[in-house]
Amino acid sequence: MNIQGENKTQNRILSLLPLWIVIGIFMIGPLLVMAVVSLMESNVYGGVHFKFSLSGYRQILFDTNLFDEIEFNPAYLIIIARSFMLALAATFLSLLIGFPAAYFISRQSDRVKNILIFLVTIPFWTNLLIRTFAWIIILGKGGVIESSFNFFGLLDEESSLNLMYTNSAILIGLVYSYLPLMVLPIYASMEKMDLRLLEAATDLYSNRIELIRKIILPLSMPGIIGGSILVFVPCLGAFIAPDLLGGGKKLLLGSLIQFQFSYARNWPFGAAMAMFLLALVILVLIFNARLNRKHREYANQK
Amino acid sequence: MMEKKVNAIDVRNVTKIYTSGNTQTKALKSANLTIYDNEFFTLLGPSGCGKTTLLRLIAGFEDITEGSINLFNQEIVNLPPNKRPVNTVFQQYSLFPHLNVYENVAFGLRRLKKDASLVESRTFEVLELVQMKEYANRKPNQLSGGQQQRVALARALAPEPKVLLLDEPLSALDLKLRQAMRFELKTLQRETGITFVFVTHDQEEALTMSDRIAVINEGEIQQIGEPEQIYESPSNKFVANFIGEANLLSGVCKTPGENGVCELDTGHELNLFVPPHIKQNDKVTIFIRPERIKIEKSSKDKSQLSISEFTYLGNAATIQLKSNNQLINVNLPIEDLKIFKKDDYVDIHFPKESAQVID
Repeated sequence: MNIQGENKTQNRILSLLPLWIVIGIFMIGPLLVMAVVSLMESNVYGGVHFKFSLSGYRQILFDTNLFDEIEFNPAYLIIIARSFMLALAATFLSLLIGFPAAYFISRQSDRVKNILIFLVTIPFWTNLLIRTFAWIIILGKGGVIESSFNFFGLLDEESSLNLMYTNSAILIGLVYSYLPLMVLPIYASMEKMDLRLLEAATDLYSNRIELIRKIILPLSMPGIIGGSILVFVPCLGAFIAPDLLGGGKKLLLGSLIQFQFSYARNWPFGAAMAMFLLALVILVLIFNARLNRKHREYANQK
Repeated sequence: MMEKKVNAIDVRNVTKIYTSGNTQTKALKSANLTIYDNEFFTLLGPSGCGKTTLLRLIAGFEDITEGSINLFNQEIVNLPPNKRPVNTVFQQYSLFPHLNVYENVAFGLRRLKKDASLVESRTFEVLELVQMKEYANRKPNQLSGGQQQRVALARALAPEPKVLLLDEPLSALDLKLRQAMRFELKTLQRETGITFVFVTHDQEEALTMSDRIAVINEGEIQQIGEPEQIYESPSNKFVANFIGEANLLSGVCKTPGENGVCELDTGHELNLFVPPHIKQNDKVTIFIRPERIKIEKSSKDKSQLSISEFTYLGNAATIQLKSNNQLINVNLPIEDLKIFKKDDYVDIHFPKESAQVID
């Protein structure tokens, strides 16, 4: 009995070993490296001096001025706030487009459903960088939008709509990149929904709007929360859309971190920023778990 | 005693055709029926007979192909479900999983924009009626099947519908609960005075609860009548077979007319009413319930009927008589159990009015 029990425990540890190795090498390892780097001194030629220092973290909020005094520097806080706002806006916009899209797809026949879901996933087949470049062609000077404005005489040849290198351009890029991640989870929860509940609600005098507000929206909440997390988290750290469509004029968290490692050669600061971003994401996930607990009761019922 | 009956629902020439691809399925074929106010009306039939389709047409979940449905003399065919003053109790209850019992029941009242105080009092009133008041704060998945059933009833009753539609509401419950709920439903109907339209495939359920029954098969209404009428004088073979046990014996008409005589293939002559369209020497089918047949001992030279099966049921027995390839089922009362045994030769007789020539 006892031996058997021990064997079982041993077996379980052994069988989980590959998983731990994978998680260790690909997840915990790099994170540890980041954490260690964030606590070192920077080396202007790249890499780090192996000497403990909190300067990476300090730099997030404080700067050393000409007189070697430490003073508060809100520049990075502004970048963080801007990234946060942009990610939030992108998530909200994705939800605004993704929810009706998912609802529309879920109401189609099985055949049409499969085709539409397939179409939603098609963008993943091409590299994000290339797809974002496509937006430059669409939004840019003399691009698709401007030339069609020209064509209809709404814009003369010399002037430009100045669509590129704005927050809106970044927002468009972000929403475009991550919209499928919003549509799919919402679709999944709508697909699971018992259509007879909609009949019941209509039978009980609900009009179309009340049907959506009182039944469909609350019942697809797990999908909405899941999709929002999936969009919000990568948006917070995104750097492709901000760099290409924002022109790097307005730094965002992702670009800032990338910049520290590539050009600025301030690895500790980049790593500290990355850790900060991670903390932010974990906070969001905890918030999400809280929200989800409320919805789990009835999500489990199916 | 006789009060003037008010028509609650008039179904006139209602046809429903489902089209999927190139195939068309006729779910209802020109159905006609009238359901009176304050009536417990049952649509009875085997699965796929069109009874649920008719209910869904009344509720408004399906578009009608042809015909009209009137609710208290008002055409409702063009109204969407949320504009029809009828409510439905669904087969799987379909309670809103994200709302608690109270909110489920209050749902309809809230959509009708009733006063907050009225919503509260009416919600508790119906919860009281179905004895679920103490569960008001529970979520549906914290309730047993029977409790969910009661909440579903309360939810449908709360907005005081003119007609309550019930789609096999008892089929998901276990036997004991199902039997108890029959009485509760019947009582509820009487207390509320709301017209109930009840769909079931269970003939026992239909017989015990209904004021009137419509038997439906293959999209056609076979017979409409009170339970006794349907049981005692079914209008055709389908109804006779579907409701209760029936013997359908073949024979030949000897003398037509009111005091007619028919001879069974077993050689027995029966006195019974022969409908006018049947002439002498026509082949006929004669319907008789097993419990109506009385048997007595006979001998081989007098009778060709012998007991071929004897099934003991505790409080009674069913026996099967055999003769010339014809089988007759008979219910034997408890006091006769000891008298007969297998392979005995017997003679049968029954009251004239209990046998009937059937189409």
